[in-house]
Amino acid sequence: MTDVLQPPPARESDDGAGSSAPALARRRGILRRLLSSPQGRVGTVLVALVLLAAVLGPWLAPHGFAATDFAHPFQRPRTIGYPLGTDDLGRDVLSRLLHGVRASMIVGVLAVTLAVVIGTPLGLLAGYWRPADLVVSRLTDVALAFPFLVLAVGLTAITGASLTNAALALGIANIPTMIRVVRGETLRLREADFVKAAIATDAGPVRILGLHVLPNTISAIIVQATVIMPVAVIGEAMLSFLGLGIQPPAPSLGIMLSDAQQYIYRAPSAAVFPGLAIMLICLAFNIFGDALRDAFDPSTAKGSSR
Amino acid sequence: MIRFLLVRLAEAATTLLIAAVLIFLGVRALPGDPALAMAGEEASPEQVAAVRAELGLDEPLIVQFGRFVQSVATGDLGTSTRTGQPVTQMIATTLPVTLWLSGLAIVVAVVIGLALGVLAERRRGRPAELGANLFALIGLSVPNFWLGLLAILVLAVGLGWFPASGYVDILEHPLAGLHHLALPAVILGTGLAAVITRQTRASMIETMATDYVRTARATGIGKARILLRYGLRNSLIVLVTIVGLQLGGLISGAVVTERIFALPGLGRLTLDAVFSRDYPVIQAVVLVITLGYVLINILVDVLYSVINPQIRTGGAAS
Repeated sequence: MTDVLQPPPARESDDGAGSSAPALARRRGILRRLLSSPQGRVGTVLVALVLLAAVLGPWLAPHGFAATDFAHPFQRPRTIGYPLGTDDLGRDVLSRLLHGVRASMIVGVLAVTLAVVIGTPLGLLAGYWRPADLVVSRLTDVALAFPFLVLAVGLTAITGASLTNAALALGIANIPTMIRVVRGETLRLREADFVKAAIATDAGPVRILGLHVLPNTISAIIVQATVIMPVAVIGEAMLSFLGLGIQPPAPSLGIMLSDAQQYIYRAPSAAVFPGLAIMLICLAFNIFGDALRDAFDPSTAKGSSR
Repeated sequence: MIRFLLVRLAEAATTLLIAAVLIFLGVRALPGDPALAMAGEEASPEQVAAVRAELGLDEPLIVQFGRFVQSVATGDLGTSTRTGQPVTQMIATTLPVTLWLSGLAIVVAVVIGLALGVLAERRRGRPAELGANLFALIGLSVPNFWLGLLAILVLAVGLGWFPASGYVDILEHPLAGLHHLALPAVILGTGLAAVITRQTRASMIETMATDYVRTARATGIGKARILLRYGLRNSLIVLVTIVGLQLGGLISGAVVTERIFALPGLGRLTLDAVFSRDYPVIQAVVLVITLGYVLINILVDVLYSVINPQIRTGGAAS
């Protein structure tokens, strides 16, 4: 059976990437190309800012994420000592925001790591070995659009809600797309001359895949990782918002939003900042990912299809 | 076509069976002994054993599974431990809400997405394209539940144009029902609209650059006809694919949207069940969503093969 649910853009089978060139030589120009476009510069700066905030967050935050100040609840933004105001318990919104961004990024990185670690080998296998492809691709087709929330609900029902379970559900949900991308790249690379040459020298499949195919799929994997990242960040916020992810008092942008909904009429600004933060993180990775894709593969730069 | 359909149905049945096994085992992997819970903390071991026998929990797993499949097949999904109602009935009252919400969201997304996608292609390099691209980028980056909160704040509370929450049966009171569902549906549809905008634009650009479109232009066929006949036809294939692929995201989004707008749908039923550990309901909801997911996927495949005959013959194998 054919892949009926194949995503339409021909990215995975794009033959414009100059596959015969050794991977490392090609990568040298990437950074220069990335930073030569305005989109690339904006994306890189934004991602750097988000990562900085996530790494340095606890040290940048003026207050602890759970430090309450019952004398000053619902402070407006630009209050002295509380640049973005306080919530219902007098907790500093800026501090909670910084910790929340950190939590988002932790879940995002865990989810991406899981998708890469499990998706890459399966994708290589499916792209290289036909019998495996039949099984792997059918399973991917089925799992591709399965609602991750159902997965998260199942996990929560069995082991309880936590950051780890949220990351697990989001990681598992994104394995199929990673398999897709790596499989497509592998199928394309199989036909490349240098891989055919390696096959002709009687190299084993592990050697061929590890030494010749994998290094050339890395650009596609990195780009896919930038696609998964915002999906995972929104997913974490969504799960925590519903009470299925990170549990209070641990900070999360989703929890801040669900708290803010309780007193949205009294302090509307509390609902604004966490959402803006999520949007900024996602914009950063979406812009960066698009620019990175164009930098890796100049032939798509004009079409800029997703 | 019939062979194609049979293969698909067989696959769907397999998927459902796998899902049923996973759900069955998942529920049994849960911590806690249901027999102990039902008999109560003070029950003697004999009483617990009696309850266990009554529930059929002392029989081999395979027998239990057979009984589980049998009761599901006859529409008996058990009784909610939270409300005592039959689960089938609870799902029957909540499912229509979710279906209306998701259906309307898809309509909103398709209309906005197609319009902006075509507009972006027609006005390449002009502000209109930039606007469409910006919409797509932001639509992909905005968490829809946040958008929902802002919409409630501004459009419902601030301006009073829409009700902030609640549900009216759309079949009984079409106007009031639509009024209540409009805001949630638009919010839920935004993300999908962004994806459709992007893909439609890309597919239109690709199609318009093909040789056959150039030939059609050279023979003097009008712009509008080319757009409809070639551009949109190809976009339609893309559209069906996207809706199929985004289905999971849509269902997940519907759960959150229902929560924000206080809609009494499947999402709320699910969340209530998770927080009160109402396992019969959790089990049933997961089964129903899987069933719906499988059915819609078959529908997508059939639509796909109708629009693009290459799929049936395997001519488009990758």
